[in-house]
Amino acid sequence: MTAAAGATLALARRETRRFFRERTRVLGALLQPLLFWAFFAAGLQPSFRLAGGGDYGAYLLPGITILVLLFTAIFSTISVIEDRREGFLQGVLVAPLPRSAVVAGKILGGTVLATAQAAFILVLAPIAGVRPGPLAIAAAIAFCFVLGFGLTSLSLAIAWPMRSTQGFHAIMTVFLMPLWLLSGAFFPADGVPPWLGFLMRLDPLTYGVTALRRLIGAPATGSMASALAITLLFVAASFAFAIAVTHRRDGAHAG
Amino acid sequence: MTDGRDQPALLTEGLGFDYGRERALDGVDLAVRPGELFAILGPNGGGKTTLFRILATLLRPRRGRASMFGHDVARDPAAARRLLGVLFQAPAIDRLLTVRENLDLQGALYGLRGRGLAAGRDALLLRFGLEAKATARAGTLSGGLQRRLEIAKALLHRPRLLLLDEPSTGLDPRARAALWSALDDLARASGTTVVFTTHLLEEADRAHRVAILDRGRIVAIGEPEGLKAEIGRQVLAIAPEPRAQDEEELRREIERLAGVAARLVEGRILVEAEDSAALVPLLSRALGGRIAAMTVARPTLFDVFLRRTGRGFEPDEGTALGRDRGDAA
Repeated sequence: MTAAAGATLALARRETRRFFRERTRVLGALLQPLLFWAFFAAGLQPSFRLAGGGDYGAYLLPGITILVLLFTAIFSTISVIEDRREGFLQGVLVAPLPRSAVVAGKILGGTVLATAQAAFILVLAPIAGVRPGPLAIAAAIAFCFVLGFGLTSLSLAIAWPMRSTQGFHAIMTVFLMPLWLLSGAFFPADGVPPWLGFLMRLDPLTYGVTALRRLIGAPATGSMASALAITLLFVAASFAFAIAVTHRRDGAHAG
Repeated sequence: MTDGRDQPALLTEGLGFDYGRERALDGVDLAVRPGELFAILGPNGGGKTTLFRILATLLRPRRGRASMFGHDVARDPAAARRLLGVLFQAPAIDRLLTVRENLDLQGALYGLRGRGLAAGRDALLLRFGLEAKATARAGTLSGGLQRRLEIAKALLHRPRLLLLDEPSTGLDPRARAALWSALDDLARASGTTVVFTTHLLEEADRAHRVAILDRGRIVAIGEPEGLKAEIGRQVLAIAPEPRAQDEEELRREIERLAGVAARLVEGRILVEAEDSAALVPLLSRALGGRIAAMTVARPTLFDVFLRRTGRGFEPDEGTALGRDRGDAA
């Protein structure tokens, strides 16, 4: 193992340790999506069924899994703002490491946390009447790892230049949440107004939701091959974005 | 590592930096010898933090060069970083991790692992009196212990140059004394070069040599005693009677009576003479009613600063350089 890889793993390990030491974070990241799932599934079930959509709890499950990925990505990268304010980040940036090793550590830690929580939701799938086999579950978890890596990268790229968590919250509400709302996680694209359908097709998360639906056998439209390809492209672009943002040097906070 | 043995531990040549169009550092030349305990003294806003951030490889200089044992900080930051231990003003420890986890993480960042890391870590825990707290979360330690953990962290990879920004910020007097004895030991026992910024005169007095930084320029550099010796043996400070009177006129009168220069600084009149004490009876006879108090003291670095800049040691928030503060990330 090279020194840089060792540093990346140590930084990722720090992320997971911190997570379990902040109990409210564990609660928030898991409980909120579960509550969303319970309330929306119960509340929208009648109208959804009336419209011939089938079981809404089953429809919503893949989207909730991806919401867990997104929330965990956000919460684990928001800490980079605190790290900078408190001084921890400076200590890391003066170590003789390539910047990419530092960034990869942060992203990897967030991805592991996101995947573990998504897996927790996925094993609850039978409650919603979706019964994927063990192999399908394993494939879905692997997919969550890949997509989680992309979402954590994207979130880190946004958080890195920020000086306050308030600013990050603003971006989260106007950019990251709509990314999820328009992904087909929440409502299907059939019959929506054309402008909305257009936005949904532009949303890279749409393809993540489709792929996950196919993997666990939840109600789905759209092709698996294109969903996988576009997701991989999104993940690669997000990681490249994170690397580019964190390598930018400027007078105020160069490294 | 054998390279750079005969090089200065730290060398800057014509170092400059601007925030926008405001000059924060201008033409800074420093040469710190290996094993020296070296202070960079200056008022807040004088450019210390900017200089610190350039030396710590966090900021690229706009003009000039800085190198550590011959390694340029801007062109080869990785080499400079391996030789460098940095102690920031803001705590760089992770409060949620234990003391030992903090050190292990630091070790991993510097490519240390296994038995070598464990041995170095345990020796530092012992040396800084942290072994009983090894499994405690860093956030639960007192301010003094947290600072000791920071120093232990900065020393883990055995840097040849330790760089500290206002090291005694937030420390109580006992912790401050412990910190300074640790730094003295370090410079003496292991030959580590120690460079620190400070705005505290008594801290700068502990250094082997001090550079005084004001408005982005070095205004004096030398051994504290040598710098002070340039001033008369003693300084006489005269506080005018507070009743409304022309302080400038009083100053001129004192100058005439004493036969040496007197300056008016922040409401006091200062005289530097070979035998300042002998002036006291003379002035009190001639000007008794107009003088509230007279104090004779050995010159301090404050007097050196005053002599070189013509101003007191006050942060100049109003000037272009007033924005150079520790929190400017």
